[in-house]
Amino acid sequence: MADMSKKKKISYAVNLAIVIILYCLLSLLISQGLIDSYLSDILTMVCINVILAVSLNLVTGLLGQLVLGHAGFMLVGAYAAALFTLHSGLPLSVAFPIGLLAGGVVAALFGIIIGVPALRLKGDYLAIITLGFGEIIRVIANNLTITNGAKGLYGIQSLNSRHDLTAMFSYVFFIAVFVIFVSFTFGTSRHGRAVIAIREDEIAAEASGINTTYYKLLAFILAAFFAGVAGGLYAHQIGIIDPSKFDFNRSTEILVMVVLGGMGSITGSIISATVLTILPEALRGFSSYRMLLYSIVLICVMLFRPTGLLGRSEFSLKKTYEKLMSKRGNKSAAGKGD
Amino acid sequence: MSVLETKNLGISFGGLQALEDVHFSIEEGEIIGLIGPNGAGKTTVFNLLTNVYVPTAGVIELEGSSIIGKKTYQITQNGIARTFQNIRLFKDASVINNVKIAMNSQMKYSVLAGIFRLPSYRREEKAVSQRAHELLQVFNLDKYAHDYARNLPYGQQRKLEIARALATNPKVLLLDEPAAGMNPTETKELMETISLIRDKFKISILLIEHDMNFVMGICEHIVVLDYGRIIAEGTAAEVRRNPKVIAAYLGGE
Amino acid sequence: MEFFSQIINGLGIGSIYALVALGYSMVYGIVQLINFAHGDIIMVGAYMVFVFLVSLGIPIWFAVLGSILFCGIAGVVIERVAYHRLLVRDAPRISLLITAIGVSIFLQNLFQLLFGSDAKSMPRMFSFSPLQVGGLQITSSTILNIIVSVIMMAGLQLLVNKTKIGKAMRATSEDAGAAKLMGINTNTVIAFTFGIGSALASVGAVLYCNTYPQIKPTMGGLLGLKAFVAAVLGGIGSVPGAMLGGYILGVAESLTNAYISSNLTDAVVFGILIIVLLVKPTGVLGKNTREKV
Repeated sequence: MADMSKKKKISYAVNLAIVIILYCLLSLLISQGLIDSYLSDILTMVCINVILAVSLNLVTGLLGQLVLGHAGFMLVGAYAAALFTLHSGLPLSVAFPIGLLAGGVVAALFGIIIGVPALRLKGDYLAIITLGFGEIIRVIANNLTITNGAKGLYGIQSLNSRHDLTAMFSYVFFIAVFVIFVSFTFGTSRHGRAVIAIREDEIAAEASGINTTYYKLLAFILAAFFAGVAGGLYAHQIGIIDPSKFDFNRSTEILVMVVLGGMGSITGSIISATVLTILPEALRGFSSYRMLLYSIVLICVMLFRPTGLLGRSEFSLKKTYEKLMSKRGNKSAAGKGD
Repeated sequence: MSVLETKNLGISFGGLQALEDVHFSIEEGEIIGLIGPNGAGKTTVFNLLTNVYVPTAGVIELEGSSIIGKKTYQITQNGIARTFQNIRLFKDASVINNVKIAMNSQMKYSVLAGIFRLPSYRREEKAVSQRAHELLQVFNLDKYAHDYARNLPYGQQRKLEIARALATNPKVLLLDEPAAGMNPTETKELMETISLIRDKFKISILLIEHDMNFVMGICEHIVVLDYGRIIAEGTAAEVRRNPKVIAAYLGGE
Repeated sequence: MEFFSQIINGLGIGSIYALVALGYSMVYGIVQLINFAHGDIIMVGAYMVFVFLVSLGIPIWFAVLGSILFCGIAGVVIERVAYHRLLVRDAPRISLLITAIGVSIFLQNLFQLLFGSDAKSMPRMFSFSPLQVGGLQITSSTILNIIVSVIMMAGLQLLVNKTKIGKAMRATSEDAGAAKLMGINTNTVIAFTFGIGSALASVGAVLYCNTYPQIKPTMGGLLGLKAFVAAVLGGIGSVPGAMLGGYILGVAESLTNAYISSNLTDAVVFGILIIVLLVKPTGVLGKNTREKV
């Protein structure tokens, strides 16, 4: 990393430090019982939802296409992972990571199957067809014997045990960090730039030599893969797979997280996924109003702040620091890009 | 062998013959102007050359091989780049990223290399960054490198679009009204820049323009289109005197 | 004979799809938006009839009229509140889609909270003895569906082709910018289109409840989706296309139900959507619009 500027190195180091400190703090609290299982379950769900939101952001934010069946990929991954750990005969500590990988791969395969025909369509039609596929996946799952039909799968083992309360949390935390990392590095690589170009102007992107079909599919598959992994994590966290929980409402919840946080902003997705996981728990009494409130949030965000909380930019400690510093001086911030 | 050649090129849209029997050829290093009244079909020619539309008749050959039926991005990778009549920049990307995006097909590092920042990523990104800055310098845009493209003044946006097209390393550059909306100073600067890039990058240029001083000033050869057909071609002096051309612009007797 | 009977049945249910599909088509024709919430207007229409008829005891014709009026107004209100700002600002497609989804979810959950999520029974509204034609027996609801929908569609054709507002609608569909320059108040035209579309959906809802007398807050989902498929099949943006698509879909569904399996009807509907979108997205009667480059 010799040719990275000093600023970037400091930036990386700070980010890494924050991640490690956060992890050590939380896992310590969990293992000592200061964070009880209810709270640690919430933290685990936060991480899972972060993975889902950040992955959806790759398609909705980076590529700029509305895709409505994200929960379908989650479901597929959940089944693949759970079936593997249930039937592989391997000890859980080995089967679990392999199962997660399997979940991601299977979801990615579905991503290809659905993406190849669907991504040829524009905006509205793409949204409808992905919605349709999400529903079809759920209906099929409801009717297959291998997935135990509408009853779903149960008896899925959690990695946690009386001796190790932090196992699941560790997995979800670091996978979430990994997904965030990949999302960021992908977005700033040449492939990410190509995807952004398609979002900005597909015709101009083609004219600039970009194979738009390939890159649309790439973003789509990447998102599907991570949704599948999230599904596998979810299955092992909750212990059962109930297909009715992976419906259009679930896809919408994830969409709300991405839209609220800002389509195209990774940190936006992280923040809103966290808030929108914790808030419904805190406001348990309003659960019957939840979807109603979500729909109002969607409409209001679109009407009044369509770019979401953070728009396309990322929250960065560096920029906040610079802004605070420059307020003392006379420097004007003139819309700097990347 | 000419760099780009069309023969008997035509397209009809549901009964309306938008272009008919269009033929021209561009040699290496030539700057050719494509002029004609509004609606003559000039941008349609560009769209045919880049497969935005598929011709219903005729032949298009780039360095001897047909490009009809090839996808737009393939045609770009094969060497034809274009700008658009209504600027189509990547607005929410930085100026330098607009250029880097166009260099994508010249980069080879894999998705994994990009994600994990492997040496091939760092090597190629460094090279591309340097090339992009150099290209921006040719157009005096380097000072805006990290600004959002949408924040550029209009004239600079037009230049950026040309820079982006150049970034694809084309053999032929199609410029659609590059001087539109520019004042005389900017226009003169653009003329010099276009001559410069033709000399420096050894490319051929086909440009559509309404500004006659601009066209007469830098085009060695001019093709005049009216109602989808070529009505005249020749040097600037020849075309200027041609009665058919005068009639087309002024509207007949 | 049985076969013809199924065809007639198909036309009957297809009429309802056609009426609802008209709303999708008209809105898409005028603002290029797939109004996700349109299917839920059917649900609103059905519940309003229920409220007027059953809860308030209003006589049948007034209940129906009331529901149509209510839905028409609701359509306009939704357009004003949720879509208008975005349309005026020329917002990106994705924003409009998200808002439309928001409205759809809002309606479903609102009515779920107001009326509970379980199904309610509707009384039989219009019934007369079935018709005997040759060996065929045609049910009253089928006759009613076909007649009403034909009348509605004829009325709509008259409206669009012979009235001033109809002309304004066609102009705005063709080129909203030019229409504005010609002095047409496109905002009014758009609101009016939403209103008419919703009113037609409400008529469809009444006919639907007459045929299948059960309502629940999620009923708009599947019915709306089928009507949407009908609109796409016929050519979205085209009024005769919506009719054609509706009838074809209705017949296809009826035949599948009778000769293949009733479990697969939904799958067939979906299959048709996928095939149309992949083969000819503009539908049977649709026009090919190219983006200007």
